[in-house]
Amino acid sequence: MRFGPHRIVRFALGSALLIVVGLLVPGWLLNQLMFGFARGLAVLGLLVLFRAGLVSLGAALYFGLGAYSIALLQRGAGIDDAIVLVLLASTISTVVGFVLGFLLKRYRGIFFAMMNLALSMILYGAVVKNRTLGSTDGFSIAQPRFFGMLFTDPSHVKLALFSLLVVVVAGAMYFVQIYLNSTLGWIGAAIRDKEIRVEYLGYSAERAIHIKYTISACLGGLGGAFLALTLGQVDPDSMLNWVVSGELLFVLIFSGTASILAPFIGSFLFELLRTYALELTPIAWQFIIGGTLVLLILFAPNGVWSIFELMTSRKRT
Amino acid sequence: MDTAITVVLDGLVFSSYLFIVSFGLTIIFGVMGILNLAHGGFYTWGAYTAAFLIGAAANAGWPDWIGFPIIFVSAALVGVFLGLGLQLGILRFLRHRDESLVMLGTFGILLMLEDAIMMVFGTDPYFAYQPMAYLGHVEIGGIARDRYSLSMVIVAGVVALAGWLILKGTRYGKLLSTVIYSHETAQAVGIDVSKFYMGTFVLGAAAGALGGAYIAPTTSVVPGLGMEVIVMSFAVVVIGGLGSIPGALAGSLLIGLVRAIAVHEFPSYELFVVFVVMALVLTFRREGLFAPNKIRTI
Amino acid sequence: MTTSALLDVRGLSRNFGAVMAAADINVSVSAGEIVGIVGANGAGKTVFLNLITGYLRPTTGTVFFQGQDITGLQPRQITRLGICRSFQMSQLFINMTVFENLLLAAAISHESNFLRDIRSSKKVGDVDRTLREFRLHDRRDQLVRELPQGLRKLLDIAMAMISNPSLVMLDEPTSGISTEEKFDFMEALMTVLAKSSTTIFIIEHDMDLIQRFTTRVLAFAYGRIICDGSAEDTLRDPRVVQHVLGGDSALD
Repeated sequence: MRFGPHRIVRFALGSALLIVVGLLVPGWLLNQLMFGFARGLAVLGLLVLFRAGLVSLGAALYFGLGAYSIALLQRGAGIDDAIVLVLLASTISTVVGFVLGFLLKRYRGIFFAMMNLALSMILYGAVVKNRTLGSTDGFSIAQPRFFGMLFTDPSHVKLALFSLLVVVVAGAMYFVQIYLNSTLGWIGAAIRDKEIRVEYLGYSAERAIHIKYTISACLGGLGGAFLALTLGQVDPDSMLNWVVSGELLFVLIFSGTASILAPFIGSFLFELLRTYALELTPIAWQFIIGGTLVLLILFAPNGVWSIFELMTSRKRT
Repeated sequence: MDTAITVVLDGLVFSSYLFIVSFGLTIIFGVMGILNLAHGGFYTWGAYTAAFLIGAAANAGWPDWIGFPIIFVSAALVGVFLGLGLQLGILRFLRHRDESLVMLGTFGILLMLEDAIMMVFGTDPYFAYQPMAYLGHVEIGGIARDRYSLSMVIVAGVVALAGWLILKGTRYGKLLSTVIYSHETAQAVGIDVSKFYMGTFVLGAAAGALGGAYIAPTTSVVPGLGMEVIVMSFAVVVIGGLGSIPGALAGSLLIGLVRAIAVHEFPSYELFVVFVVMALVLTFRREGLFAPNKIRTI
Repeated sequence: MTTSALLDVRGLSRNFGAVMAAADINVSVSAGEIVGIVGANGAGKTVFLNLITGYLRPTTGTVFFQGQDITGLQPRQITRLGICRSFQMSQLFINMTVFENLLLAAAISHESNFLRDIRSSKKVGDVDRTLREFRLHDRRDQLVRELPQGLRKLLDIAMAMISNPSLVMLDEPTSGISTEEKFDFMEALMTVLAKSSTTIFIIEHDMDLIQRFTTRVLAFAYGRIICDGSAEDTLRDPRVVQHVLGGDSALD
């Protein structure tokens, strides 16, 4: 499977098509798409880790970090250009991921999972107890500018944000695919099978994992940033709570890990399901997530979309 | 000096309920090889069941001391019903799966258990102070301490002692050591592994629930009670060595004391401090302090 | 301190508590030698390999390779310096195909750009050639988890060889292969290895194979080398007869 201008053209066309779709669909559906894609970015980050056999129970850490970075950059530093905000928020997540990666690259399995959970809970606790960070109520985000322009019509802002999101998603998918096809990406999969052999072949497994972890942090932060911008606010329970990590993992398993498109489709469907489920049974939602996760693991650990993946992977090779 | 005594006593109390919970977590890991994330759910369910029943008893006009047997009964109920139910309904099907999938499965169960609490008991806090009121106060180092919290130390001590006796003295205990050391050996020797798993899981679940049930009278019982505990007892079990009961004891004492110091000196940072200690211990002893010996892999 | 030897081991020791897994090992090996390593189970043969390749740290002693002190280095560093090994229990990427296993091995050792698409690597040709040499080509696209034991060991060795090491250490390459087939297997293997003029260490229990294929033999017992000489001399040495052939040199 070759990479090159051919693929870039396809990605560009796909993005353009999606943007047109965004122009045509009703507002509520556009919202769902945006929430879905934002979450999908974080799930893509989890996919990258999962390919190396690593599960993080604390994806909310970077997701929330990205979201709160947007809010704080706006309030604290007065930055309000959308692109700059997203860039900075993702940089913050990436840097934090890189730093924490020094510690976490040494752990595997349940240790890795729980360390991440602990870290996300620490951040959640810190935010909830802190008045200036909005405590449990969080705070709102003002409309961002695009290239210095402030749109008067909120639907224009939505479209501009959606376009930006589509571009970022396409870019993320492109680069993650390159990564997964590369030697470094294959090393990740090899570590899952036999880490000691990777070492004996001449490459540091910890280094590979450090890189993976940083990529995952970057994607998580991007996802959170876009969620915050789309939602127009940040609050700990939608972004930093351990249940958020659970939801992201749920989408990962639900969508399957074989294709890089799956997280986005799965997230979008998840958004639709979530909206209606929360309307019908707000209290039982967490139970449904947990229960469905267990059922998936018992009966369809490769995701409900294995059939879909077979189709897409055939298209790509 | 007063602060020192307070810190030590608080540390002992924290250690006690941490030990009871971690004991359950570590034997489940040692025997079944899974780190049961749902253990936090047992804790929460134990707390709610005890709080609910104590409240009901108080309303029915029963004397305050009845809270004590209720606590132990609650733990047993949760252990048997939830423990058996989960093991038979879900966990035994996960036995030979990939480690990450099993972990995700227990995470899903945790989500269910925590939400079920809200569905069954609602989101308002529960209070069940009766047993605590019954035991009253005692003065140590010039400050009044409630006897109830101190009694937790006794309970933990009893659990530790019982655990020790069972391990060394009974057939079940010796089997437990064998299975923790090597599953293949256990099967070769003819141990009925599935019955053994069930019994151990129920025991572990009951221990987790006991931790929650015993702490219920000292606090407001709210949803999410089990989350911090699962992370802390994970830290304990990891520090002590997965599958090691003496390790769980050592880990509980360490974490309990550290947390007590943190609560007094750096409030709001308890979880962070515990996490730092865990990272430190793991840096120097990657498998924990008392980890059972592993067989060479290459 | 340099010598003309390829591998120079001095006073190498390693203990686990009271157990001496390796006790004062001294050996000097020149390029081109084919060294057999014999000893009963637990005598310290694999420990020796683990110490040289960096999987274990020695308690005392030094290891020099091509004049460079490699004591205490990590396996990945030692691999890059030119020492590779195969394993008693093959360590392979079971969810990947035979081809993919070798491709990854080749890419890690030769590839300069780790972000480039691995399948467009120049090493693909090398991999196919290696597959043919090791007669694994017909299994090229088979998942390793579906491969029989004997072929797994072969792949294990092929992965060690693909980086063109100066020294390769094989840990019981014929274990798991039926007695009738062992000889043919070794003959085919040694023919392939001879092409690359690599120095070879072979841990082996079958003494006929040792006699036929090695030029020198190190006999281990209780973590020590109790005899070091030609195959004939060593295998007739009374100490070797007692401790190795009699099976009496285990550490446990």
